[in-house]
Amino acid sequence: MADYIHGATGEWEVVIGLEIHAQVTSEAKLFSGASTTFGAEPNSQVSFVCCAMPGMLPVINAECIRQAVRTGLAIGCKINLRSVFDRKNYFYADLPQGYQISQFKDPIVGEGTVVIDLPDGQTKIIGVERLHLEQDAGKSMHDQHPSQTYVDLNRSGVALMEIVSMPDMRSAAEAGAYFRKIRTLVRYVGTCDGNMEQGSMRADVNVSVRRPGAELGTRTETKNINSIRYMMQVIDYEARRQVDILEQGGQIHQETRQFDPATGTTSGLRSKEEAHDYRYFPDPDLLPLEFTQAFVDDLAKTLPELPDDKKNRLIADLGLSEYNAGVLVAEKENADYFEELLELLVKKTGKTPTELATQAANWVIMDLFGALKKFSKSISDSPVSTVDGAELLALQIGGTISGRIAKDVFEIMLESGKNPEQIVEEKGLKQMSDSGELEAIIDAVLADHPDKVEQYRAGKDKLFGFFVGQVMKKTRGQANPQMVNQLLRPRLDG
Amino acid sequence: MTALTNLTLTEARAGLANGDFTSCELTEQYLAAMTAGRDLNCFIVETADIALKMAAQADQRIRAGTATAVTGIPIAVKDLFCTKDVHSCAASHILNGFKPKYESTVTANLWRDGAVMLGKTNMDEFAMGSSNETSYYGPVKNPWRATGTDGVLETKDYVPGGSSGGSVAAVAADMAVAALGTDTGGSIRQPAAFTGLVGLKPTYGRCSRWGMIAFASSLDQAGPITRTVGDAALMLASMAGYDRKDSTAVDRPVPDYGPALTGDICGLKVGIPREYRVDDMPEEIEKLWQQGIDWMTAAGAEIVDISLPHTKYALPTYYIVAPAEASSNLARYDGVKYGLRVDGDSLDGMYKNTRAAGFGDEVKRRILIGTYVLSAGYYDAYYLKAQKIRTLIARDFARAYNQVDVILTPTAPSAAFALGEKADDPLAMYLNDVFTVPASLAGLPAISVPAGLSRARMPLGLQLIGRAFDEETMLRAAQVLEQAANFEAKPEIWWRER
Repeated sequence: MADYIHGATGEWEVVIGLEIHAQVTSEAKLFSGASTTFGAEPNSQVSFVCCAMPGMLPVINAECIRQAVRTGLAIGCKINLRSVFDRKNYFYADLPQGYQISQFKDPIVGEGTVVIDLPDGQTKIIGVERLHLEQDAGKSMHDQHPSQTYVDLNRSGVALMEIVSMPDMRSAAEAGAYFRKIRTLVRYVGTCDGNMEQGSMRADVNVSVRRPGAELGTRTETKNINSIRYMMQVIDYEARRQVDILEQGGQIHQETRQFDPATGTTSGLRSKEEAHDYRYFPDPDLLPLEFTQAFVDDLAKTLPELPDDKKNRLIADLGLSEYNAGVLVAEKENADYFEELLELLVKKTGKTPTELATQAANWVIMDLFGALKKFSKSISDSPVSTVDGAELLALQIGGTISGRIAKDVFEIMLESGKNPEQIVEEKGLKQMSDSGELEAIIDAVLADHPDKVEQYRAGKDKLFGFFVGQVMKKTRGQANPQMVNQLLRPRLDG
Repeated sequence: MTALTNLTLTEARAGLANGDFTSCELTEQYLAAMTAGRDLNCFIVETADIALKMAAQADQRIRAGTATAVTGIPIAVKDLFCTKDVHSCAASHILNGFKPKYESTVTANLWRDGAVMLGKTNMDEFAMGSSNETSYYGPVKNPWRATGTDGVLETKDYVPGGSSGGSVAAVAADMAVAALGTDTGGSIRQPAAFTGLVGLKPTYGRCSRWGMIAFASSLDQAGPITRTVGDAALMLASMAGYDRKDSTAVDRPVPDYGPALTGDICGLKVGIPREYRVDDMPEEIEKLWQQGIDWMTAAGAEIVDISLPHTKYALPTYYIVAPAEASSNLARYDGVKYGLRVDGDSLDGMYKNTRAAGFGDEVKRRILIGTYVLSAGYYDAYYLKAQKIRTLIARDFARAYNQVDVILTPTAPSAAFALGEKADDPLAMYLNDVFTVPASLAGLPAISVPAGLSRARMPLGLQLIGRAFDEETMLRAAQVLEQAANFEAKPEIWWRER
């Protein structure tokens, strides 16, 4: 999807690479037993290792290794059976050791690819260069005291996965789709909660521009972006800024930039010349990390069905549309809800999954998601259970209630939490399908409107809908619409 | 009561077991000797109260019959070890007032077995030095003084070697039965040689480094400083062992070293590396080495000439690898969390002021060297190259051990030198490590055994280097050497307050 920027001197292509930092879901930190729970009192989750007491040593948390491998497998990357932890040396108040333990030359996960879905329905393959494990730093708080900075080390040493993409994205939309795809994958395999507000996922955004097909331009890196919207703003702003500079005969300098959400702009943080010399070298406190292919194979067996596979299955086996399948698999919980609902529906109606899938998917996506959005709730605390949802759909499919009544019942379910059968029973909403009863009502309607009957018979066919409406009104919507049609026409025509 | 302060650990253990004296009596005599010997500056902190409490507990344990080899034995602990609630500052100003809330694994193992802590010993700052002159707490004096050609003891002070200078001086001056040292490039062996003691550096990974203030993580090892080889074996057995808190500690059982000391080295193959015959080696060192060879031959060992071709690169390699690691290990001393803080007008200003005031010249020198060799553009030429040479040095040894069981060399290229003599010449100082550094780089166990006196009647040591994790064979050979040398000289006591 070529999404060129139209400059004064012609077209420009934007080239984007992302470094996504994803906090590993684990009880304990990467190299110490301290807890990783979010929101604890400052400095309450700090071991002697996390605050770099003299003589303290890091010990690898095996769970973090498993999580990194699971993530690598989910992204479809090569897993490196031998990797090395390096020290990245720099001074900062919230970096107690004076170095961050990271992986530089030999990361735990190597190359792979992910498929992203674009807004126009196309897909694109984005390369992943590597995934490595590293420690998070603590948090500096500059706003607690007029002249001093406070440091909270709760985050210090928490395990992060840095997932580095190839420079394969060509628009903010692609970058957004790629980020969402990675987020979906880590949430599927349970290796990161993907919670951007709590800082569990953030990205460094590399942007450059070039003439279409030309060599890569000089890039800038904007650090620490914690929302997809901001990320897309950064890309659009940076691309435009760079194009403007180049078109005015200027040069782009490789530099680190920061984003200001208030203005939607970026500004220089430090140039390449001012960049830290991190003096990476293998951490002598840790041996190279080695594991066997069998270890990897065992972890592969623990992975759930991944979103791409799930989507393909929903399309191929259940006949869902590309769009419906895509929406349902974007969050594992959504797909789980749908599949559970469908299974219950199959049991209740005796029909096949394929017969029921599209109707069920439409209900989940249109009715349920709409309601969840209205109440700002997530699927995990949905006010309507899969059992009640399936019941509602079954009542409709079995002809007990009409589609219109089903919508009313759903509203009542949301308000009262009652199950649909109970609501239908209490409110007497069962569909009227007794032909004798309906015929009597139809006769009464025709008798009430002799003028309209005459007009109809004179050729004004459109009035058919008027009579249907009158019947429905008289039955408070409970008349079976098909039967009304069947019974009404011979009477009018005859 | 008779003097108990010149007993070996083995003798003290027997005396305690026999009920000849109690640990409290033993400890009190050592505490008194420490007080009388303060002029040597061996201890940064004396922990008399803790010592007496531990001694009382040890006596209970001895009476209850649950004593171990080190129960009730008063030992001195190098200030590099973190000891809970007790000053642990690596003899550096930057850790000013630091008292950890944890106990190092090695000291915890000794206390578990009932050893008694006398105090924290002086050392070169962050273990960087070969003379104990870089300590923030001032130099340690060697209890040994040279004897002039007129046969009269000089009044000039000598260095005890370093970096474990306080530990060796305390044992040599009868102010501790034994002491804990650490060895990165020779910091146990060279000072042991300079003071007529046994100093053992175990195989890298044999003792846990947890709670030991790091100098160069890939080289640092804790080890015992004792009066005899047998004492070293007993102390090592207590200190050593796997520790899951140290990822570089090796999970293999600690043997009982006692039965290994059979006194029989018939047929043992002893390697003599030709590359250790350095050009300007003093004649008395050359002679001592030959004497060692003769003793081993007489005991039935087979002498094998071997080559360790990369030996000449060991010293420069060491002085790249060790400072590189140190520059990173010492980054945590930044004034933010503990120890010294000297305020500044910004975070960077505070860092600069703190580190300028907190580190001594030698530590600064090594941080600068280490930072330089890891810098972009220099890493490949220095650090990476040094790592490759380190591999070659280890391979030299591995090949040699296809032919021999232990390797015999001098410990140091000279006897102790005078205080201040090399303080302004770092390169001359670094040359002290020429014989000890190769085994450190290869991670091998090595031991210095007192073997004779120089012309000026200063102690000299011989070094045995063993196979990885074969401390047993090395100790067996060392004890034979010890018996042959029969080193019984003691320094003349000149330091006691009268």
